[in-house]
Formats: sequence, structure tokens, C-alpha cells
Amino acid sequence: MLALFYIFIAVAIGVSFWQITRIMNFRGIIATDDDNKKQGTYAIYFMVFLYAMMIYCLIFMNVIMLPESASFEGEHDDNLFNITFWLIGIVQFFMQFLIFYFTFKYRGKKGQKAKFYSDSHKLEAIWTITPAVVLVLLIGYGLWQWNNIMDLSNSEDPVVIEVYSQQFRWDARYAGDDNTLGFGNVNFIKGINTMGVDMSDKNSADDKQVTELYLPKGRKVHFKFRSQDVLHSAYMPHFRAQMNCVPGMVTEFGFTPKYTTDEMRQNPEVIEKTNGINKIRKAKGEDPYVFDYLLLCNKICGASHYNMQMKITVVEQDEYDKWIAEQPTLSSVIK
Amino acid sequence: MSEHHHKETFVTKYLFTQDHKMISKQFLVTGMFMGIIGVFMSMLFRMQIAWPEKSFSIIEAFLGPHQTDGVMNPDIYLALVTIHGTIMVFFVLTAGLSGTFSNLLIPLQIGARDMASGFLNMVSYWLFFLSSIIMVISLFVEAGPASSGWTVYPPLSALPQAIPGSGAGMTLWLVSMAIFIASSLIGSLNYIVTVLNLRTKGMTMTRMPLTIWAFFITAIIGVVSFPVLLSAALLLVFDRSFGTSFYLSDIFISGEVLHYQGGSPVLYEHLFWFLGHPEVYIVLLPALGITSEIISTHSRKPIFGYRAMIGSIMAIAFLSTIVWGHHMFVSGMNPFLGSVFTFTTLLIAIPSAVKAFNYVTTLWKGNLQLNPAMLFSIGLVSTFVTGGLTGLVLGDSALDINIHDTYFVVAHFHLVMGVSAIFGMYAGVYHWFPKMYGRMMNKTLGYWHFWITIICAYGVFWPMHFIGLAGLPRRYYSNTNFPMFDDLLEINVVITIFALVGGLAQIIFIANFFISMYRGQKATQNPWNSNTLEWTTPVEHVHGNWPGKLPEVHRWAYDYSKRVDPKDDDSDYLHGQDFVLQTTPLLEGEDPS
Repeated sequence: MLALFYIFIAVAIGVSFWQITRIMNFRGIIATDDDNKKQGTYAIYFMVFLYAMMIYCLIFMNVIMLPESASFEGEHDDNLFNITFWLIGIVQFFMQFLIFYFTFKYRGKKGQKAKFYSDSHKLEAIWTITPAVVLVLLIGYGLWQWNNIMDLSNSEDPVVIEVYSQQFRWDARYAGDDNTLGFGNVNFIKGINTMGVDMSDKNSADDKQVTELYLPKGRKVHFKFRSQDVLHSAYMPHFRAQMNCVPGMVTEFGFTPKYTTDEMRQNPEVIEKTNGINKIRKAKGEDPYVFDYLLLCNKICGASHYNMQMKITVVEQDEYDKWIAEQPTLSSVIK
Repeated sequence: MSEHHHKETFVTKYLFTQDHKMISKQFLVTGMFMGIIGVFMSMLFRMQIAWPEKSFSIIEAFLGPHQTDGVMNPDIYLALVTIHGTIMVFFVLTAGLSGTFSNLLIPLQIGARDMASGFLNMVSYWLFFLSSIIMVISLFVEAGPASSGWTVYPPLSALPQAIPGSGAGMTLWLVSMAIFIASSLIGSLNYIVTVLNLRTKGMTMTRMPLTIWAFFITAIIGVVSFPVLLSAALLLVFDRSFGTSFYLSDIFISGEVLHYQGGSPVLYEHLFWFLGHPEVYIVLLPALGITSEIISTHSRKPIFGYRAMIGSIMAIAFLSTIVWGHHMFVSGMNPFLGSVFTFTTLLIAIPSAVKAFNYVTTLWKGNLQLNPAMLFSIGLVSTFVTGGLTGLVLGDSALDINIHDTYFVVAHFHLVMGVSAIFGMYAGVYHWFPKMYGRMMNKTLGYWHFWITIICAYGVFWPMHFIGLAGLPRRYYSNTNFPMFDDLLEINVVITIFALVGGLAQIIFIANFFISMYRGQKATQNPWNSNTLEWTTPVEHVHGNWPGKLPEVHRWAYDYSKRVDPKDDDSDYLHGQDFVLQTTPLLEGEDPS
């Protein structure tokens, strides 16, 4: 089989070489009117191909997209994204049309004269000012939303969680009853104290170390990120959340979960995407997939970068209270 | 110049030449060689993404110790991604593109005998050659070449414990880049001095072709930003080899706490992107300059808005140095900085839009000669628009949060700077090949090359936006550990097929290039009926470019299809033909435009 493949390759190379030398013997080297006509027509064909592909992707790849934002803060991200995407979509269709249509329409012909047209202050003013005005609006909305997300100062009674990264796993630490995390540093890493928590800090005693995130629905979650070795990035795409984990410093991010995991599984977009995935998995004889929120590593961090994930489960407040009560405190684990 | 003319040996003519025309060819051929390596690597890792567990004998043959039974290892996957990025950005699109055309065109288009310093120009090339050799050698290091991404963020790039590529491979990477930066700086200084001092009589700054403007501004950006990368690299060398803590702090790895205290990787990110972002424009502006020249020439029309084009190049250049933070929205830097960088970043859309609209207006009512060079320039405008528009999404900090480091980013920058710049480079080669080698490239092969390449470029990068929007992070060796990405595999297979076909199609170009060099039809002096000075030199290269006196310039470079009556499109050409060489004196009463 492999031999056949090699023979095929050899023949293909031979044929293309023969073709190339044949083509090289054509001595026409500057485009003639005939070429202009042909290439102009191809430009139209290409435009049709481009439009077809753009539209196909826009319609049929909708199903693979992330579902609607699972955090309240992300709603405006989705809004802003939709506005931006419509805007650039329209400009894209319009500009590509002009580019390839003009290529066809004004292809060189015998006796055709180009217009001597070198300047127009009016036109230039139009296409400087129009983008400027549109951009002011986009920037305005974007900055308002950015400040919205990044300002964690005035959230009332947030759930404080430390997300801790290392090659190649995630851990998390809940702040416990005092809602304050104990101090952590790599110098305290020892044995079972894998996150380097300073146990002499009075805030550490009630902290709880876990390997899976549980978040209560409707309450602000205040994340603090640490890394013990290289850069990682905590990426929670369903919540429109991401922040790098930087060794030597603590970074922060926050959001409020909007739907529990169970509710999200009932979301029509999620159902459609899950069905699509399960059709593929069934064909391969793999177990069906059930939707879960995930935290992924999104900053190149080494060989197993591609397999660094943590499950996130969003539940109602009472269920969360029950779960967090079951987790042992650090002081009971680390003696 | 005859008194300077001395007998040339093979060594002085082809190797240690100080003639800018030969040096430009050296840059081009070296850049093409590196390009072949870079593109080939991308084909290998695309195969891994599409068929993650499949065994390939080609992978077995090329990756040797870094594969098991024809499947590449995760480490070498990251190495391939890293070196692909490094080679394409620096060795192909910086040195290969800017080095080739700045060297060829600056003296020829401003009417100079050579670069200001032929010797430094030669040094610049040979430093580039040396850095290329070192980069290629780094591929053969036992633990593998640098593998921490082309941005080589520490601590990953600083600690061999973190990834094997950060050992000797990374050392060679840093050495190679340091030499590369020296080469680039020497080259850039030479370009700036030449443009400022050696313009021929009558060649005022506002009569220069837009190519020269682009190369000139690019050189300035390079001089401003490359030294910062050099300092970033040097500090990284200190951290790696001499125990300093510029970028490292509080690290626990392989079971022990390292001694580093007080540094921050964010500092490295700032320093890196202070070059890294302008680098995008170092790559792109020369391509845009080439496009301006080619679109105007082959449309037989003046470039629309010449002064606006210069203004937008300057605006882009200025803004490019104050937007680097948009690569760092989620790096943990102060959110207020994020606001500032969002603002400056989105401002770049304005001069970019001006350029795109001006290109389209130049096409409007032209008499388009659709040569391969022209098609590649039109292709550039198309990919520049497509890729540029998605920049509005990424530049907005609030939106960037969710697509940062996903395939959306990969699609965006490949279209806007990768494909666009490579198209500019191809356009330049097709257009100036007759000037470089005195022969013409084959048109039919050029057409094949263009259409296959643009179809494949869109086939690869348009769907890639969508897998990015599905949340797929870049630089993943395989996506099989995430069932939520199972439905993306099919798309990845399609992308890979386009990538393989597109990559192989470049053989057409290489064949055309080398066969034409020896067997192409002999070029006439001004094959494209162009206005600029390079076409007034003899086809056979002479040392000093013009055999007699230097030409004198009387007009700007874009008097195409100038009419007797400027208001009447049907009136006759003012000079009897649709182009007017820059050396033609103004007629009495002619509007100098």
C-alpha cells in the first residue's frame, strides 16, 4: 500500500515537472487583454467562493460555538461581540465585493483609459471620520464593560476562591468561614501542603483545598490566581472569563454564575451542540458526552499543556452550602 | 563610475559583495530557504492537529528521536510551533521581505549609486546568514529546539526543568536572535541614512514612491523597537545563566524551591511586546508599500491619496509603539492600562481603513493589467481587510478576555500579517524579478500559484476563526482530552488539507523562480511601463546602477494616464502614453499634481 503511495507521489512529481517545463516554454509574460479577461472572471468566481464559504461558516458553524454566557457579567460581552461582529461582517462583505468586482469591472481592455484621479479631500474625510465615529461608540461600550468586569471592589459577600496552577494540574482553595484566604507562598510547600499555605496565618485554618470547583448560582465569585512554576492561564470560556496565573504574583478575576450546570444542560444551544458531539462519539464507539463547565489552561506551559483541566459545577446556593460544609478544613488535614 | 570599476572575483561578486542589488538577492534566497523550513513545519504540526493518533512515515523520517511510531511527541509539537513562528516572523517576513526589497529598491528608486554604507550592508546580510545558520542548528539539539512559543515567555523559556527545549535549544535561539537583531539594526540604520542623504537631484521626500516611504518608516520602527527586544533577550540570558531574577520569582519546580526572588514575567511581556507589536508593522508596512506601488502601476492610475497614504503610514507607525499592551489584557497588569491600550489599539483601525479605501479607490475606473504581481497585491488588500476587521474584536479588552490565545487569534494574525505580508512579498518578487535577474517570470505559473494560494489561505484561516470562537485554545498538541471539542475535529481536517495543498503549491513558485532565473524570457528595460527610477537603469546590472550621470527627478512617481484636460477622461494622454517617467521634465503649464 505504502509502495503504491510512493509510486503515486513520484508520478505526480514527474507529471508536474513535465507540466511546469511545458508551461515555462510559453513565452508570454505580460498580461494581455485575454489574460485580463480570464483573470477578471476568475476574480468573480473567487468572490463567489469566498462568499459561499463565509456564509456557510456563519450558518453551519453556529452550532459549534460556545453557548450564551453562563455569567451575568458576560451578557454584555456577548452583546458587544454581536454588535462588533455584525459591523465587521457588513464591512467585510462590502469591501470584498468592491475589491473583486472592481478587479473584474475595470480589467484592462484595448482602448480603455484609466481615470486620472489622485486625490479627493472630501472622500478621505469621509473614510477617516466614519470609522472614527463608529470606533468611539465601540470603544465607549467596550471600556464601560471592561471596567464593569475588572472592578471587583464593590461586590457584596463574594465567594473567595484561590485557583492554583502547576505543571500540569489545577487546584483550588476556598476561603472558608472568614471569607479570607490565608497567605500562600512556594516556600511553604511541603508534603500534603501542596499549595504552599502558611499555616501560621490565622486566616489559613478554615481554608479548604479541593480539586474541583463548585460555584453557587447568582453570587459573585472572586477568583485569586497563583502559579508555582510557569505561566498558566485560567480560561473558563462558558463564563467569558480568563486570567493568567503568574508565578510571584496574585492575579484576580470575578464573575457571577447565571445558570446552574443542570440548567445549562437544558439550554437549546447546549443540547444541539451536545447532540452533534455525541453523534461523532457514537460513530467512534466512545461514551456519550455530558455538558460540564470547564476551566482550561490557555497559556503554553509545557508538554501536557493540552491536558490541563478542571471541572466546574454551578449549583444552587443551598446545594453549595451542603457541599462546602462537607469539605475538610486545611487545619484538619495539615497538622 | 568607471574609475571604481575593478575586476570582480566570484567571492567579491556573489559572496562578500557590497552591491545592494546582489545583497538583496542574497536576502531573498536565504529568506526563501528559511520559508521552506517554516512552512514545512506548519504542515507537519497541522497533520498532528488533524490526525492526532495517526502514524505518518514522513513524521518518522523527519522528526527522528522526537516521535514514536510516526506520531510526534508533545514536546516537539510545541517546538515546531515555536520555530515556525520565529522563522516566519523574523527570518522570512522581516529579513526576507524588508531585507530584500529595501536593499533592492531604496538606492534604485531614490537615484543613488548604492547604500550609504555598502560595507555595513554586507555585514548586515552576513549577520542575518549567521543567525539563520544558528537557528537551523538549534533544530538538531538533542533535547529539541526552543519550545516555549515564539514569544518565549519566561519562566517556561528560562527553566529547562519546565520543558526540555529550554535547555541548549533555547540558548541557541537567544544567540541567533541577538545576532539577528544586530543585523536588522545595521540594515535599518543604513536604510534611514540612505533615504535621508542620497536622494538624487529633484527627489524631494514628497516625490518618493510609497515603497520608499514604507521602507523608511519601517526602518525607523525597527530602530526604535528592536533594541528593546535585545535587552529583553539579554536579561533572559542573565536569568538563565547567571542567576539573576529579572523575570522569575517564587518558583517551585521538580520538587524544590528555586532561589529567584522579586522578578516578574510581566516585565518580560512588556519588553517583548514593545518590539512584538511594532514587529507586526515592520512585517506589514513594506508589503503595503509594495502593494501601493504595484496597484498603481498595474491599474495605470495614480495611487489615490498619496499624502493620506504617507500620513497613514506615519500614524500606524506612531500608534504601533503605544499599543503593545493589547497582547497582555489578561496578563494580570493593571486594568486601567488595559483601558488605555484598548483605546490606542482601536485607533489604528482609522489609518488602516484609510489605506484599504485608498487601494479600492485606486482600482476604481482603472485599466487593470492583471499580472501575477497585481493579483497578489489585490489578494493582499483582501486578506488585509479580512484579517484587520477581526482586530476590532481582539483589540477590545472586554472581548479579548474570552478569545485571547484561542484559534481566533491565530486566524486573525495569520491573515492580517502572515498572508498579507507574504502576498506583498510575492507581488514584489513577480514585479521586480526582471530588475533583479534581467529575465521575466512565467505568467501562467504565476496565475496558478496565486489562485491556489489565496483559496488555500482563506480555506485555512476563515474556518479557523470559528473553532476559536468555540473556545479552542491554541498550542494544544491534541484536543482529544476534551469531548467538548470533538465536533471541531472535522473542521481541523479540512483546514489541514487546505494547509497541505497550499504549502505544496509554493513549489510552483519556487520552480518558476529558479527556472526563470536561467531560462526566463529576457526582460526589456521597463516591462511594466512604470514611472519609477529603477526602470531607467540598464537591464544588465552595473556597479553604481546608472552608467552615466545620476538621473534627475522632475515629478512624483504616479503620473499614470495623465490627460491633456484633467477634467475630461476621454482626452488624450498629456505625454502621448499612459505613463511618465519621473525623469521627464514638466511641460510648460503642466500641473505638477
